[in-house]
Amino acid sequence: MAANIAELTDATFDEEVTGAPEPLLVDFWAEWCAPCKMITPILEEIAAEHAGKLRIAKLNVDDHMAVARRFEVMSIPTLILFKDGAPQLRLVGAKGKGQLVQELEAFL
Amino acid sequence: MTTGVRSVLIIGSGPAGLTAAIYTARANLGPLVIEGEASSSGDQPGGQLMLTTEVENYPGFVDGIQGPELMANFRAQAARFGAELVTGRVTRVDLSERPFRAWVGDEEHRARSIIISTGARALMLDLPNEQRLLGYGVSTCATCDGFFFRDEEIAVVGGGDSALEEATFLTKFASKVTVIHRRKQLRASKIMQDRAFRNPKIEFLWDSVVTDVLGADAVEGVAVRNVVTDEESTLPVAGLFVAIGHVPNTALFEGQLEMRDNGYLVTRDGSTRTSVNGVFACGDVQDSTYRQAVTAAGSGCMAAIDAERWLEHQVDAEGDAAVDVAPTPRNW
Repeated sequence: MAANIAELTDATFDEEVTGAPEPLLVDFWAEWCAPCKMITPILEEIAAEHAGKLRIAKLNVDDHMAVARRFEVMSIPTLILFKDGAPQLRLVGAKGKGQLVQELEAFL
Repeated sequence: MTTGVRSVLIIGSGPAGLTAAIYTARANLGPLVIEGEASSSGDQPGGQLMLTTEVENYPGFVDGIQGPELMANFRAQAARFGAELVTGRVTRVDLSERPFRAWVGDEEHRARSIIISTGARALMLDLPNEQRLLGYGVSTCATCDGFFFRDEEIAVVGGGDSALEEATFLTKFASKVTVIHRRKQLRASKIMQDRAFRNPKIEFLWDSVVTDVLGADAVEGVAVRNVVTDEESTLPVAGLFVAIGHVPNTALFEGQLEMRDNGYLVTRDGSTRTSVNGVFACGDVQDSTYRQAVTAAGSGCMAAIDAERWLEHQVDAEGDAAVDVAPTPRNW
């Protein structure tokens, strides 16, 4: 597990989402999803570059289906940005770093 | 930012690009591969095989190999011989003079020769509701998203190998997979057809096209029209996977390289030479006929040898000692 990216579970999700004032970007992923693996290093870079302003965490949908179902995730990778506990932005599919940063710009 | 002039720049990193990288690296041409960018639609680093599971027809793997694993091997092999790989998408090229130039955002790369292996990506149906419901039941990646359709009924559109491969894979999760095809016969290979016909979870809807994707917040069904009878109907499904064909990734080269009407790059006389001297194309970006991993790899090898010979010829013609081109090793 990367230092900058926390691993969420069905049990810890709610606490993490509301636990800090910074927005939290949750990466819904699974081991068998190649595009998910492609964006992992990108998310690590973004997390390191925006430490203190944005938190990034990942949730394995294979192990923690309850949260995925609650937010109606039907495609991975899906990235959902939470602020004050509520989803603000949803990005579906793998994207390059430039595009991701651009989409997240308003929250950084 | 500007870097020095490379002998070979390779754009794209599927089987064609990485094979070209292996061969040009072994020829001491110091290739730089601009791999592409993360995506879920087939134009990502590693190419279309990154979205597949088992590859059963790539020679040398008796029991098959996972697509992403095969591409990780290609990449490691290219790196082993010194190919440089950078993640990024080429945003602009200038092939009007040599050295050729390619940009990744603001970063400029210059090269004496360029090998284009940008591949092809999956075509979508191009329906407004398809885009709206992308990620809510419409998927571009069966291997990523099949999991979410456990015990659901879903549809796959298309009649080629990709469609039947996806349909067969999706029966691991779905209770029923309907293959919607616009003709009465499939284009897919015999083995894939036999496998699909034998699968009790797969049904076929022949002579039919999808005219709309239905559902407010998630896919609830598709509107279908029979092209023979013109009859319209609704098929209730929770998921839609589209595998109707491919479109080459050639927008970057418009106006600079000769293309066929369908957008594929033109290569000359059984070689990988494009309409510009010193620019070569290999893999699916120039092949709308075979489109196999092994043919892509084969044409990547051809492009590497074509580029190497072309560079040697340039040295001979210009007497330019600064161009460092090693002879082809005998043990290739």
